[in-house]
Amino acid sequence: MTSATVAPDRPGVRAGFVHLLHAEWTKFRTVRGWVIAMAVAALVTVLLGLFSAQGSHSSCAGGPAGTACPAVPVGPGGEAVNDRFFFVHRSLTGDGSITVRLTSLTGIITYPPPDHDAIVPGLVPWAKAGVIIKDGTRPGSAYAAVVLTGRHGVRMQHDFTEDTAGRPGGASAASPRWLRLTRSGDTLTGYESSDGTHWTRVGTAHPAGLPSTAQVGLLVTSPGDLTVKQGALGGSVEQERFTQATGVFDHVTVRGETPGGAWSHDEVGATGEKTDWERYHRPAGVEESGGAFTVTGSGDIAPRGSGEGMRIENTLTGVFAGMIVLVIVAVLFITSEYRRGLIRTTLLAGPRRGRVLAAKAIVIGLVAFVTGLIAAVVAVPACTHILRANGNYVLPVTRPTELRVVVGTAALLAAAAVFALALGALFRRSVAAVTAAVVVLALPHVLATASVLPEGAAQWLLRLTPAAAFAVQQSIPEYPQVTGHYVPQDGYYPLAPWAGLAVLCAYAALALGLAVLRLRRRDA
Amino acid sequence: MRRHLHAEWTKLRTVPGTAWLLLAVAGLTVALSAVAATAVTCPSTGCATDTTKLGLTGVQLGQAAVALLAVLGVSGEYGTGMIRTTLTAMPGRAAVLAAKAAVLSGLTMAAGTVGVLGSVLAARLILPGSGFTPAHGHPLPSLADGATLRAAGGSVLYLMLIALLGLGVATAVRDSAAAVGSVLGLLYLFPIVGHVVADPHWQRRLWQVSPMDAGLAIQATTDLRSLPLGPWAGLGVLAAWSAAALLCGGLLLRLRDA
Repeated sequence: MTSATVAPDRPGVRAGFVHLLHAEWTKFRTVRGWVIAMAVAALVTVLLGLFSAQGSHSSCAGGPAGTACPAVPVGPGGEAVNDRFFFVHRSLTGDGSITVRLTSLTGIITYPPPDHDAIVPGLVPWAKAGVIIKDGTRPGSAYAAVVLTGRHGVRMQHDFTEDTAGRPGGASAASPRWLRLTRSGDTLTGYESSDGTHWTRVGTAHPAGLPSTAQVGLLVTSPGDLTVKQGALGGSVEQERFTQATGVFDHVTVRGETPGGAWSHDEVGATGEKTDWERYHRPAGVEESGGAFTVTGSGDIAPRGSGEGMRIENTLTGVFAGMIVLVIVAVLFITSEYRRGLIRTTLLAGPRRGRVLAAKAIVIGLVAFVTGLIAAVVAVPACTHILRANGNYVLPVTRPTELRVVVGTAALLAAAAVFALALGALFRRSVAAVTAAVVVLALPHVLATASVLPEGAAQWLLRLTPAAAFAVQQSIPEYPQVTGHYVPQDGYYPLAPWAGLAVLCAYAALALGLAVLRLRRRDA
Repeated sequence: MRRHLHAEWTKLRTVPGTAWLLLAVAGLTVALSAVAATAVTCPSTGCATDTTKLGLTGVQLGQAAVALLAVLGVSGEYGTGMIRTTLTAMPGRAAVLAAKAAVLSGLTMAAGTVGVLGSVLAARLILPGSGFTPAHGHPLPSLADGATLRAAGGSVLYLMLIALLGLGVATAVRDSAAAVGSVLGLLYLFPIVGHVVADPHWQRRLWQVSPMDAGLAIQATTDLRSLPLGPWAGLGVLAAWSAAALLCGGLLLRLRDA
């Protein structure tokens, strides 16, 4: 802020704007009701969060209230994961490779729709069979794998969240699929082939902290079969049914130093509970005959979705209430000037009308940002703590994600306040501006999550309206390699977090621009 | 009382915003209902959508205009100081509030009826094109059907009760911005909070006290047994909120200086 940067023919332009800012800040801070309203906004945000956290109790299925749930594995990236599969493995020290031929991938699905009355042969889209190099058999440990899937062809996946597509298609005795995974230092490379001689590279991976001696082997797993139906109070009810997959491997070759020699096998991540199908028909396991391995397994190696726990943004429900208070104050910040005639004094003191409105927007935006930041900084950790104490499983997120949710919430409130201020300047009637702002910010959310609107319409609402900004609170991303029900009701927004916030910012900028035009053209 | 009614009618009639707001109540209701009906499709395998409720979705937007109308009816007078003239001319404060409530209810019901009938008509025209045909078990929405008539008539009553709620809150709060913010917050916050609470017991309890969720139960025509409250009991919850708001507003009007 040096005077050297000010154009010589317009002395004091910057100082003038600083004065304007100071004037607007003084106007804001000297109205006691508004300062109290800011405290109220922060307070209701936190209190509503505490209330809804206090009202959420959960205990593990089958146990009495408060029974601790078995620990959920956490992947190398800090996210909650599913890590359950049948693993035929041996140690591999240093560089090496594993090559297999997959001649069959089949499975069963229990009681699928429409009649839910039979166990039928079939594969779910993300059933997996293939080769893997993994940091031991501990669920959640780092890995890289090349797998053939039920309906998505060959994939190279690592560390739960990463997925690279290979060639599509299935496997049969007539057209088997060859899979290979090689390790060279920290780099793992996946290949596939249809004849065992001509190989195509699928992808490379650098699993986090893979030790020099890792477990190499065969894996088979099969996630639950998901169906969704409409819930009674709006929203939807999801059901998942047991499935199982069986892969037949031959020409299994491991190159490299393999201390310990023989193959061993484990059901990684087994819960100990077995379905009737596993008890009486086909348990998870491996059969070896004449160099061929028939491996059967269930589960998934993938990140968990929002349906498998609470999300940290669940603690920020109160933001809607806080936002309404902020909207009212932001609107009054401009309309009360019209009501009391103060606007004429304001415009006399600062005749450049666009700058006056800009100063007002900056002041109200900053005040809303700080209010929102304080509320979110308190609400997220406190409510997460209460939720966990009540036996709820809160999906863990990384520090940057948590920070984005908290700061994003504050930014969302700031943008909402500027938007409301602009509507106030545009309409000059506080009640019309408040109604318009609240309706466009809250109603799309209500319609998208708690009405009979179909999912497609709900997603368009949250793309096009200012309510898109709530995407900034989404902490669990959508994973294409997991079959899930990715809809707003379950906390999945159609836009990326910052893109959603940008939609609201665009609306605020547009409204502010129109308001400046109107302020310039009309008498105050 | 006739004098009171006439006075309130004249005041409301001659304010420029009223006609526009009544038009907005009807227009917004029909517009959102039509959009909702267009957005949904029924695959040939059949679907469980409650077409009557879907066709009346617009009430959720129309109610905002109703709240605005109700709040302006009171806080406009406080904003200009007109309220002192009103109370000088008609010192019976309860009678003033009653007259305001009667005029407002009448106007809201008229605009609401237009909006709801327009919505039903729009659903009737649009839904068969999206696969909701009698062959799929979705007869055309018709007021001859008892449940649809209840849903449509109930939606008009719902809008009227929202007007009374807005009147009560505005009389208590006086400031227009705070009043309309409170009413809309009361309506829209419950569904949002209720959706996030994980405990199904709390979820149902919140639903049962929510003016919007419970009140809109009047629109449900399928799967009534799964609702936490029946349609009329649900509308009763909203009526209780409106009565409480009016009572509160009336008491404060009597006790406070204008």
